[in-house]
Amino acid sequence: MLTFTPKGIYCPYADVYIDPWRGVDRAIVTHAHSDHARGGSRQYLATPVTKALMHARMGIDLNIEAVGYGEPITINGVRFSLHPAGHIPGSAQVHVEHKGEVWVATGDYKRQEDGISTPFEPVRCHTLITECTFGLPIYRWKEPREVFAELNAWWRGNAANGICSVISAYSLGKAQRVMTGVDRSIGPILVHGAVANMNTVLQECGLELPRWEHITKDTPKERFRNALVITPGSALDTTWANRMKPFSSAMASGWMQLRGWRRRANIEKGFVLSDHADWDGLLHTVRESGAERVIATHGYTDLFSQYLRSVGSDAAAETTEFVGEAGADLQEGTRSVDPPGRPATPAE
Amino acid sequence: MNREAALFDQLDATTSTTAKVDALATYFREADDADKLWVIALLSGRRPKRPVTSTQLRRWAAEVSGIPDWLFEASYHVVGDFAETVTHIATLEERITKRLSEWVRYVEDLKDLPEEDKATRVKAAWAGLEGMELFVFNKIITGGFRIGVSQKVMVKGLSKATGVGDDVLAHRLMGNWSPHGSSFEELVFGANAGDDHSRPYPFYLAYGIEGPEGTAAGAGLNDLLPLGDPREWQAEHKWDGIRGQVIMRGGQRFLWSRGEELVTDKYPELAALRDALPNGTVLDGEILAWKDDAALPFAELQKRIGRKSVGKKLLADVPVIFMAYDVMEHEGEDIRQRPLSERRQRLEALVAAARHPALALSPTLPFRTWEEIVAHREHARSSSIEGLMLKRLNSTYEVGRRRGDWWKWKVDPLRIDAVLTFSMQGHGRRADLYTDHTFGLWHNGELVTFAKAYSGLTDAEMKEVDAFVKKNTLERFGPVRQVKAELVFEIAFEGISASTRHKSGVAVRFPRIARWRKDKKAEDANTLDDLKSMIR
Repeated sequence: MLTFTPKGIYCPYADVYIDPWRGVDRAIVTHAHSDHARGGSRQYLATPVTKALMHARMGIDLNIEAVGYGEPITINGVRFSLHPAGHIPGSAQVHVEHKGEVWVATGDYKRQEDGISTPFEPVRCHTLITECTFGLPIYRWKEPREVFAELNAWWRGNAANGICSVISAYSLGKAQRVMTGVDRSIGPILVHGAVANMNTVLQECGLELPRWEHITKDTPKERFRNALVITPGSALDTTWANRMKPFSSAMASGWMQLRGWRRRANIEKGFVLSDHADWDGLLHTVRESGAERVIATHGYTDLFSQYLRSVGSDAAAETTEFVGEAGADLQEGTRSVDPPGRPATPAE
Repeated sequence: MNREAALFDQLDATTSTTAKVDALATYFREADDADKLWVIALLSGRRPKRPVTSTQLRRWAAEVSGIPDWLFEASYHVVGDFAETVTHIATLEERITKRLSEWVRYVEDLKDLPEEDKATRVKAAWAGLEGMELFVFNKIITGGFRIGVSQKVMVKGLSKATGVGDDVLAHRLMGNWSPHGSSFEELVFGANAGDDHSRPYPFYLAYGIEGPEGTAAGAGLNDLLPLGDPREWQAEHKWDGIRGQVIMRGGQRFLWSRGEELVTDKYPELAALRDALPNGTVLDGEILAWKDDAALPFAELQKRIGRKSVGKKLLADVPVIFMAYDVMEHEGEDIRQRPLSERRQRLEALVAAARHPALALSPTLPFRTWEEIVAHREHARSSSIEGLMLKRLNSTYEVGRRRGDWWKWKVDPLRIDAVLTFSMQGHGRRADLYTDHTFGLWHNGELVTFAKAYSGLTDAEMKEVDAFVKKNTLERFGPVRQVKAELVFEIAFEGISASTRHKSGVAVRFPRIARWRKDKKAEDANTLDDLKSMIR
């Protein structure tokens, strides 16, 4: 019912693509991150929030039809509906039904509640196409409130010493999650322009956010001293960040789980806060879906599907052009990992 | 152990040395003596004897996590650190609270237990700890406590907390002590310090001659001119052996290598020095493989390293000598604060009086001008010499690596263009990136492996090569990927010798990536014959 083509995940019965990475006639978009919502297609279908975000990011003249969670749309006999994925505001899983057979493409998702997105809703299906950005047993997340306690302690400590706290977080989703989760009594929340843009759109969509200020060249330097600055990682290494000195740098991302990534990111503090499902969340989702067949996309697809097969599932891996969890320059394109094989090293 | 966990979290969260020193100082002021001793021990490379094998640990880790062995292995290659992998995989069930010293005891007590009891106890610890505490426990049990804090930084923190100078501390922390036999008082404040005859002095290490403003040195005279008047300097060869310290005290002889390893028993031919040197003597020098009045290549000496007992044949094939170049203790007195010129005189007298075939004196090189030093360097490459040492005649014998009075001036490295053939994920800050590379040279239309190298690329280049490896994998051998022969790198190395242990027939010293030759195609890389022609 769904196939993997060079343009993306495709439903031939309805002639519809899900998150295509090339321009097509008709596209369903799971969420507004740039590796899933791409330009060039004639007609889009997405949740109202995703529609608003896409217009803000990619232009007002895109032809996007908004569909609420759970509202069915039938195209050429195939019934499509969108269901909350809990990844970022507006994010959706795609439920596809044709002649009694059900497939679900999860898009990106997480099982933790983040305070800004509609929580993930399990959907039963015959075949599940799941992401597995963090599909290894080394990725298991702590409770967000524990992470926010660490984050608050870091911010509070810096603020007490007049040091600005600069956290790099993806401007759509992670940034708002951080704003919403921190203890606002510590100091002001200042944001980079990219974050400000997303904040504005999301507030127009009805999301409630704590008070924030857009950093401009008129922002007084003293304002930074006890502030939490939220910025995309790319701005951290530019002169833009100079005015905040002295500052302590941090990053909020699932990749911060590994010391190696943390050290390589050249930041002082890593907070393990991910908008993707961890190992347990992925397995839980596979079980809850009741799927007879699982297809793993972006992430440790080979290993994750091999594991599912080892516990008796019918599972396969497919290559896509989705990126997974962004984190400043940690964004490395599609990540793939070796399947296990005979242990050997090349001859000396 | 929560106090130590908090300390390591702090150390992990900063790249500033000052902040690390401050965190350590605060810890050393506040923590309990028994635990402090273990922090000092662990951060200076001392650890309890490993009571379990890595195979056992892997099996138990897979068992507790309920995942197949292959998935544990694959996870390990992504994380790049065994202790960390287990930390992420284990699940806290019921918290166990113990102090660091108690956890070390817990690990030490495993030693004589039957395997199933070891398994039970290790698994209990994994279920009782989480986060940094679990990571520290795993580091204790697996050994290799490298967490981004050098011994030098630890000593600075300890010095700040105790008011004892860091040079004095560095000396007191040398040698054979263990937290079992010493108290914090004894170790740090030096009570009973005289009891330990084997205690070595910290080595004085030289920096390389630098070009202007800290750039790498060129080959030129200009780099020497800042040293001032040549008459104030002494020049020697820089020997390519194992830095060592010979200690004669209380009728006993000890031999230490630079890695603070007591290697007395590995080099029995140096044992006879006991009768040749007077009590109260400590010499600094180089252990060299030496035969027929000439040094053997380092590759030969390597056969002796790591051997606990040495057979007759090896002793005859690869005999060693001690090439002395300094004296730190003479007639029972610490003379490190006396000028080199005086120490050198005493050393010459000691070596002359010893008249022992296994004790040689590193000759000083005659020169009047820096031009002559440049000329000496040009002739300094041989199988056992890697350049020159320049030492100020009035220099004291310092602790650790210092700028100013001692400089090393290596000969320019040899270089060859080789093709990237295999790659593996790295460790530490290179975890989950393909950074550990194998390089080949052409021979009969095939690439023959000649070296592995990990360092030398910028972070950006590292990522670019990682992406190349992922896109151009031909075959996977476990964690190792064979890649398409396409990328060419200039590999620099220090020495070269023929070797029967290497498939290429050649062993090179300290290979590293000098630069990425994006201008060259794989077929433009050098051949194995080109490499062999570099052997003299």
